This record gives sequence, C-alpha cells and structure tokens, in this order.
Amino acid sequence: MLGKLSWSVIPFSQPLPLYAMGVVGLAILAVLGIITRKGWWPYLWREWLTSVDHKRIGVMYLILALIMLLRGYSDAIMMRSQQAIAVGGAQGYLPPDHYNQIFSSHGTIMIFFVAMPFVIGLMNFVVPLQLGVRDVAFPVLNSVSFWLSASGALLINVSLVIGNFARTGWMGYPPLSELAFSPDQGVDYYLWVLQISGIGTLFAGINMVTTILKLRAPGMTYFRMPVFCWSALTSSILIVVAFPILTATFAMLLLDRYLGMHFFTNNAGGNMMMYVNLFWAWGHPEVYILILPAFGVFSEVIATFSRKPLFSYRSMVLALLAICVLSFMVWLHHFFTMGASADVNAFFGIMSMIIGVPTGVKVFNWLFTLFRGRIVFTTPVLYSIGFMVTFVIGGMTGILLAVPPVDFVLHNSVFLVAHFHNVIIGGVLFGAFAGYNYWFPKAFGFTLDERWGKASFWCWLVGFYLAFMPLYVLGMMGMTRRLQHIADPSWRPLLLVAELGAIVIFLAILCMAAQLYVSIRTRASRRDLTGDPWNGRTLEWATSSPPPAYNFAVMPRVATIDAFWEMKRRGLTAIEPAYEPIEMPRNSPIGFIIAFFAVITGFSLIWQIWWLVILGLLAILLTVLVFGWSENRQLEIAAGDVARLERVRLGLGRPA
Amino acid sequence: MHDWRYATPDALLRPSSNAPEGARNSRLRHWLAGCAPMLVCSCQRQGILDPQGPIASAQQLLLINATEIMLVVVVPVILATLGFAWWYRSSNTRAKRSEELAYEGRIDFVVWSIPALVVILLGGVNWIGSHELDPRAPISANAKPLQVDVVSLDWKWLFIYPDQGIAAVNQLVIPAGTPINFHLTSATVMNSFLIQQLGSQIYTMPGMTTHLNLLADNPGEYPGISANFSGDGFADMRFTAKAVRTADFDAWVAQVRGSGPALDSPGYAALAKPSEAVPPMTYRSVEPKLFERIVNQTVIGSQ
Repeated sequence: MLGKLSWSVIPFSQPLPLYAMGVVGLAILAVLGIITRKGWWPYLWREWLTSVDHKRIGVMYLILALIMLLRGYSDAIMMRSQQAIAVGGAQGYLPPDHYNQIFSSHGTIMIFFVAMPFVIGLMNFVVPLQLGVRDVAFPVLNSVSFWLSASGALLINVSLVIGNFARTGWMGYPPLSELAFSPDQGVDYYLWVLQISGIGTLFAGINMVTTILKLRAPGMTYFRMPVFCWSALTSSILIVVAFPILTATFAMLLLDRYLGMHFFTNNAGGNMMMYVNLFWAWGHPEVYILILPAFGVFSEVIATFSRKPLFSYRSMVLALLAICVLSFMVWLHHFFTMGASADVNAFFGIMSMIIGVPTGVKVFNWLFTLFRGRIVFTTPVLYSIGFMVTFVIGGMTGILLAVPPVDFVLHNSVFLVAHFHNVIIGGVLFGAFAGYNYWFPKAFGFTLDERWGKASFWCWLVGFYLAFMPLYVLGMMGMTRRLQHIADPSWRPLLLVAELGAIVIFLAILCMAAQLYVSIRTRASRRDLTGDPWNGRTLEWATSSPPPAYNFAVMPRVATIDAFWEMKRRGLTAIEPAYEPIEMPRNSPIGFIIAFFAVITGFSLIWQIWWLVILGLLAILLTVLVFGWSENRQLEIAAGDVARLERVRLGLGRPA
Repeated sequence: MHDWRYATPDALLRPSSNAPEGARNSRLRHWLAGCAPMLVCSCQRQGILDPQGPIASAQQLLLINATEIMLVVVVPVILATLGFAWWYRSSNTRAKRSEELAYEGRIDFVVWSIPALVVILLGGVNWIGSHELDPRAPISANAKPLQVDVVSLDWKWLFIYPDQGIAAVNQLVIPAGTPINFHLTSATVMNSFLIQQLGSQIYTMPGMTTHLNLLADNPGEYPGISANFSGDGFADMRFTAKAVRTADFDAWVAQVRGSGPALDSPGYAALAKPSEAVPPMTYRSVEPKLFERIVNQTVIGSQ
C-alpha cells in the first residue's frame, strides 16, 4: 500500500536532521500562521502563487534561491566544522553516513536550487523589461517552470526527515549510485528531484530563447540588445541543448535502479564511463549556463556605474557566442584521469584553455569600460570589482587544471574544490548579488541599504578568500575532497582558517538579511519615484519602479544600443503617447497545481507507491488538458485604464 | 619528507613558541604572531610541493611554469582593475574622462591578442606535457620495470606482485630507482589511485584495466590515497608507499614469502568483504591469474 515507506525510514537515531527540520517546520508554521492571521492568503494566491507575470515569477525564483542558500550554507558550515574537528585520529561529530549525505546535498542544492534559480530568476525579471516587451513568450509555462523547480526544492528537503539523501556526491557517479552499492532511497531522491526540477529548467530555457528570438520591441535588432539579454540568450540555448542530456542520463540510471537494467552497472555489459561522459556533457555547459548571465549582470553594472557605454559591445557578444559553442567541446577535462590517450587528453586540455580567450577578452573589455569612466562605488560595483579580481585567479587555477599532467596530481583534490568555488562564488554568486542589489529597486520601488550591502560584500569577499585559499594549498599538499576525517594533523591550521572563512561568510549572509530588513523598514525614505534610480542605460529603467503588469504602456521604439540612454539624451522620455488597450495573460493556478501533483508523484516514485504515481500523473495530465481546453485566457486592459495608470506614474495626474 | 604518522603535537606547537618576544604587548598581536608562523609552517613541503620522482617533479615544474606564464597577465589585470577603479572614481577631479569611448580598434586587437598568445604558448606546453607525462608511457631507467597489479576494494587497496607471487594490503613496497608498471582495476566502485609525491593518479574501474607508470627516486615513505569518493570507508582508504633500496626490496619479498596467509579464492572472497581502516598485511602467495579474474569478474566476491 505505501511502497517502501514505513516508520523505520525516519532517522530517529540521528537527531541532528530531525532537530533541524523541527526548527524549520516551526518557522514555516509560524509564517503560515502569520499569513492566516493577517488574512493574506487571497492576496498571496491572486498576486503571487497564480501569477504569470514574469516579474513576479522572477522574484519568486530569487526568494527560492535565497531560502535554499541558507540550507546549502548549513551543509557547508557542517562540513567545514567536521573537517576542522576530525583531524589526526579524531572522528568528529558526523559519522560517514551523515557526512556523505551532507556534501552530496550541499553540491546538489547549491548548483540546482541556489545558482540556477538565481540566474533564471534574474533572466526572468530583467529580459522582457530590457527587450521592451510585456511578458515572456509563454507566461503560463513560465509559472509551471518555477513551480516545478520549487517542487524539487521541497522534495530535497523532505529527504531530511523521510529516508535519507544520496551519499554519492552531487555527481551521483555509478556504480556507487547503482542499487548494488546504494540500496536505499537516497539516490532516488537525488534522481527524481533533479528530473522534476530539470523539466522546469528546460521549460524556462525554451521560454527564454523564444522570448528573445521572437519578442523584441520595435527596432530592437539583435545587435541593439543589451548584453545581459545576449548572455541570457546564450545561457538559455545551453539549457535547451544540455538539460535533455542530463534528463536522459538520469533516466538510464533510474532504469538501472528500478528495472534492473545495465546501462552503468559493473556487470552485464554496463559501463560507468558512459555516465561520466554524459554527465559532464551536460555538466560543463551547466557551469556556463550559470556564469554567462553573471557576465551579463557585470556588463550592465559596470557600464551603468562608469557612466559609459560597455566597451567593444560586438566583441562582448562574440565572446559570449564563442563560449556558448566551446562549452560543449571541453567535457573530458573533468576526467583526464580515466585513462584516455595523450592525444585525447591534450585536445580537450587545449580546448579548455581556448575558452579562456573569450573570457579573457571580456575581462579586458570590462577593464576598458572602467577606463576613463566616472565610477560610482555602489554595492553592485563593489561586487563587480571583487568579481574581476577574484575571477581571474579562479580562471588561472582552472587553466592549470586544464593541463592534463597537472590535473593528474590535483584532480579531485581540494585544489579543485577551491577552483570551482572560486569561479562559482566569485563569479556566479557575486553576479547574482550584484544583480539583486542593482535590480531590487526596479522590482520593489525602493533601493536597498548601501551600508549593509557593502558590509555584506566585504564579508563575502574576505570570507571567500579565508575559506578557499587554504584549500588551494591543502590540495597541493595532498588533501583529496570528501574526507570524513583527516589523518594528517599538520593540515589542521589551514582547515581552521577555512572554518573561519565559513563563519565570515555567515556574517555576510546575516548582513544581507539585515540589509533587507533595514531597507524594508526605511522604504518610505528610499522610494524610487523616477523608475531610474541609477541613471540607467537600458529599457528596464524607462518604466516605473515597480513596473505596471504590462511593463510598457506603449512599446518603446529602439534605434540604438543603450536605448534608454539615447531616449534620455534626446529628451524623448517626457512625451505622452497615445494609449491603446493592452492584452495580458490572465493569472493561472495551473503551475501551482501541476507542481502539487509533481511533488506527490515524485515522492511516490521515490518510495515506489505505484498507485499514487499513477494518480499523480493522471492528475497532471488532467490539469494540462483542462487548461488546454479553457478559453478566456486573456485579460484586456482598456486604453482609458492604461492612460489613468500611466498618468499617475508620470506624475501627470492624481489617482482617481 | 613529511609523514603524518610521525607528526607529534609538539611538532605542531613548536612554531608558535618561536613567536617574537614583543608579541606580548597585546592579545591580538600575540594571537596573530602565534598564528602566522603556524600557518606558514603548515604550508610545508608535502604532496606535489615535495616531489619524489621524475613524474611528480615534471608535473610540479609544469604547475610552476604554467602559473608563471599566466601571472604575467593576471597580476597586471588585477592591478589595473584596482587602479582603474580607484583612479576613475567619480570624486577624483584629476582623472581624464571620455564618456563616449565605446570602441577602439587597436585596443580590441590587443585585447584579443593577449589571451590568444598566452593560450598558444600554454597550448604547446599542454600538448608536449600530455604526451611526455602520459600515465601509460614507460619510464626509461637502468633497472628492469617491476609490475604491480592494483585492486581497489571496499575500502582498502590490494597490491599483487605477479612476478614475485606475493600480495599486500594497504602497503606498497617498491624498489627506489626502478620504474613501476601498475595495472589497475577495481573490485567495487570507482576509485582513484594516487601517490601524490610520485606523480599521476589514475582511476580504478571494475571490469577494466588502467595503466600507470611511476618511479621513486629515493627511499622513503610516501602517503597514498584514493582520490575518488567510494563510500563510507573512503577516508581510511590510505596506504603507505614505501620505497626501499633494491636489496631491501628483495629481502622484503623473501620475508613476505615466508610468512602470512595465502591469497587463494576463499581468502580473496573474505578480503573483498567491505571493511574499514584495514591495517597493512601481506600474503605469502597469490593464486595465479587472480588479477585477470578480478578484471573479468569471474572470481567469487566480485560484485
């Protein structure tokens, strides 16, 4: 009746995750209680949960990312503490069974539920505004995408209390992830969580590519698009091409585990090398899916706050396209040590280095954007400069690892761990935080507090260097990754520094929370009434903050790069146009409903409750059919209403 | 050479007692002065920083050379970033501004050329290095190579010496100055065989054989690990690679042949059962073709 589910799967013997979940559960109950008491449910349901507005969905992606950052960080501090304590014969406080789950969930959560929602959220919020359009190409699908990601995030947290998570590392390499070596449901959680959220990500990618290719304001040719849109386009193309590889690979591993097939098993002709190849055929493009939008954010931020156009726009676009193509030709550098011939290793090593060329070009172009600019040191600029300094170090260690003989001694060491945290924290996360600080006033109509923002930046920067520079050294001294305890007591001082770094990063997160709290408290004094708080260059600043549901009352006409800058220069912003009625998509609960059933289906697939699987799938099918046959999906805002809203926004009249 | 097994707490505390006298002035200074030498000392010569064979030495050289080539560009870029950001701050009245500067062909040319040149240079280093340090390439030396068959098990290492007919668990004894020709496989999940001070690692995979050639220049003890996560006992999947003089190696072989159990099918089946933190041990004899049967998965205990 309940498949493999029984009371014994609740880890009563390991109180730590239960306490953690108890606290989280109480927090969730408290939040729900407050919402109920204040009577906010109708508002939440109407304006957020069922919203198909790309801006609201973008914001919800960001909230998801920030919440999951806390979970991922908890895993991180537990690992760092374990490695700081369990040195020279000590076993620390986490047994292997628990420790192995923690590093597996840390990687999975940080990549799929922090970095991904952060960049997809930013793209969702910003791209239609920058393109001067009213929504993405498929607004309802957009809501489905978000809610599927949220379903994955929910299920991965369920694994804390019911059963356990994978103990295989976030890559889930077979044969360790096969049934013979991981017989419990941990790997199934990993696989189904990523299958569900992966479908959401694929939809988001398709949506973004279509939006950028088909919906742009009149006159917005490809070579007039803001660089952030280019970065979103290249990143989304990578999503569309790469994510199906991951889905297919996981499907094969699931067939191995559920139906006894032998794609990657030790015996009967299975071959784990195929998994490793396929995983990284997705995995390497994935890192560019994450970093390209961050590059886009830095391009916007540096140009805006240098008060200059981005230097060599065409080179920047060319570099993005080059990285997009090259990122598919380097996957083998993740396993030089698997025994490929010297020719193959050298080829992939050199291809990996070649990606350094367009990346280097981008760094130089940001440098020349700063050159002779008029730089205002806001929080996003600090993140950008912190990124440029940090990222070139990460790029350098990456190129070192791209030399196969060097990789032969440093592969899988904490040197590698330091390298990818160097580019992911110093690149993706700094980009996400720069974007968060930069576009927050656009989303909510008031700016974020600069003092707390800067404090958070400095803690992130210092914390990162303290946490990861020791790992570079330890990697060269022979420390491999994923050690539950460490034999060599002489490594302890460096491990303690890394622990200190993790604590400083906690301060950074606290500062971010304080920044948000203080900014909301003082929002009255930090309102952005102009819609253009930074003297921006691109179209998102041409509308109010927050923008109306339809973004632009009249589609802007674009004649140049930096369209809004040009409009301001020519004094075109104050002219009141003739308003027309606007068609907008109606809100739809379909995303939320599908996600609800996806959670049920995923959960019952993990625990093999087959009748519930069938019910869940039928419910999803039914939801889609009902939506497919429904009519009246559009909402028309009359020209008169548009005019009234716009007059308020432009300060031309009082609200009726 | 540093070996963790001989490190005592005293060795750890020594650096802080070297702290300068004046450090007593303030608690913070005392703390900093205590920590700094401890950190410097903890970056001691270990791992690839202390290579003990031709492969590791060449890899260390490659690491240093590639770093130096890149630092030529990276250091100026970092300084220029900080310098530009500081000099062109909006409050600096002395800075020149050109707020319309969006493109300059000569700069663009240089901007593409610098990383391209670096990569051409490093690409050459990469190609040559990959071929010279191919794990399969035999190492030329005066001595005849010694073959060692390596099997990763849950969670220990089995070393079979086919020519000597002996085997050892979690202990690798090799003659210094003799090239060692490793054949590697796994009787369980994937692992990676690494003695960092001697050089390259290679994956061990079930049903497959990988190849690795290493050489230890001098007698000594070098830590060996698995560098690919393999489950609960992974952290203890360590061994010591002990390089000894050729005569000592022969003596060791003779001593092993004269004692300990034999590694036959039942013995192997017992060994293959998962176990953690296994102390080193030896086998006086090994059933013929055991390694081949492990690779072909025709031995009892293979999964």
